[in-house]
Amino acid sequence: MDWELILESIPLLLKGLLVTFELVLLSLFLGGILAVPLALLRISRNPIAWMPVYAYIYVMRGTPLLVQLYLIYYGSAQIPGMQDSVLWPFFKQAWYCAVFAFTLNTAAYQAEIFRGAILAVPHGEVEAGRAVGMSPSLLYRRIILPRAFRIGLPAYTNEVILMLQASALASLVTIRDLMGTADAIVNRTYNPWDIYLPTALVYLIVTYALVWLFRKLEYRLSGHLRDRPATRVLAGAGPEPAQAGLR
Amino acid sequence: MGEAAPALVIEDLHKSFGDLEVLKGISMTAQDGDVIAMIGSSGSGKSTLLRCINLLETPDSGRVFVSGELIRMRPIRGGHAVPEDRRQVDRIRSRLGMVFQSFNLWSHMTVLENVIEAPVHVLGVPKPEAIERAKAILEKVGISEKLNHYPAHLSGGQQQRAAIARALAMEPKLMLFDEPTSALDPELVGEVLRVIRQLAEEGRTMLLVTHEMGFAREVANEIIFLHQGRIEEQGPPTQVFGKPKSERCRQFLASHL
Repeated sequence: MDWELILESIPLLLKGLLVTFELVLLSLFLGGILAVPLALLRISRNPIAWMPVYAYIYVMRGTPLLVQLYLIYYGSAQIPGMQDSVLWPFFKQAWYCAVFAFTLNTAAYQAEIFRGAILAVPHGEVEAGRAVGMSPSLLYRRIILPRAFRIGLPAYTNEVILMLQASALASLVTIRDLMGTADAIVNRTYNPWDIYLPTALVYLIVTYALVWLFRKLEYRLSGHLRDRPATRVLAGAGPEPAQAGLR
Repeated sequence: MGEAAPALVIEDLHKSFGDLEVLKGISMTAQDGDVIAMIGSSGSGKSTLLRCINLLETPDSGRVFVSGELIRMRPIRGGHAVPEDRRQVDRIRSRLGMVFQSFNLWSHMTVLENVIEAPVHVLGVPKPEAIERAKAILEKVGISEKLNHYPAHLSGGQQQRAAIARALAMEPKLMLFDEPTSALDPELVGEVLRVIRQLAEEGRTMLLVTHEMGFAREVANEIIFLHQGRIEEQGPPTQVFGKPKSERCRQFLASHL
């Protein structure tokens, strides 16, 4: 182990981690904004509403994120007229291409999570909302979406973790995120072990921090599911968050 | 209008699910202060009739007046109908209190939050005032000590009383009870019936679908016996339970008393 190299790399890696955070949080946020209306359109019975959304989700989930990223980053430059268009300042930068690709990708996955969660809201509670005279928008705002948010939270935790891991792909289009920084140092020093191992460790720690954070959030939002209001046991308060993202 | 319109008028109501005609022309009237119990075997259409009043089911034809106001419907293909004006439906629903068989409390809200939800967000009552009123209502149904509990932490009887409180908080002109005790353990039925009886004694106008014949006889001033989507027998409890004209009603009562 080259401890000196490791020690001097750590600040660089942490700087890369900040880029990773920015990328993941921005994509998740923008994707989330898109996901709620997408989920609502997907649930709609009107084919004009649900069919395009269905196709979009189908394509996004049916192709690798890396291919999507390459199509946007490398492919956009080849669209006739693109390099003269107002969009070019946007598409010529790897950062925007990465945010764009990740946002489109996670929007599709999040839309599916919200769709499932909305459909899982007990019918009787929806009916009770109708029966007191709630308009459809009020019903969504006060009953369906808050309930769906709680139902979808464990699956959403997974999506956040998967996005964190997937964000390493951004390094392949020159982004200096955590992975990109690690690659750069390895290319310079030819010492993959001493760089990729700490890098993996940073991803691991961040992942567990996220799992912990979401577990706290789940606990706070699940008062209505716990046995008794007096229960103060934090451990084992609910189902363990699924570990699918930890691979 | 010289005198106040009846709380509810139903004229020639029809409803089908697919090929199955569940309601075959129902007409009835509820005056203010009436307590009407609807009885009949399962599949007779009594729950569907109740749900057609606040349009949780949309009737195919016929007319429903709530406090004299006609719910405007528009016929569509296949012999069905849809409401002309969704806002009118929402407004009328806010004046009707519905109590469900399976309570249907909003499980992510505490009892108090359940009770103030519709007054605050549908009627626009200021929150402090809604809380004040909710506390009084919860006191009345006997669960004021549970106001900060979530529905899942209550017994079935307490949940149903909370659901009744939620309906009462809207100060409804007419209350609809859809088999309010059918999902309860036998020992919890009494506490819910006590609350309903208290409401009847206050002179509230109520429509009650029930299997509790003894209770119906005691509390209602009118009994409607439904059979295969039609009103087969109708009248004061003494008549319907005492000397029913219909043979089917006699058989039904014989097997349920």
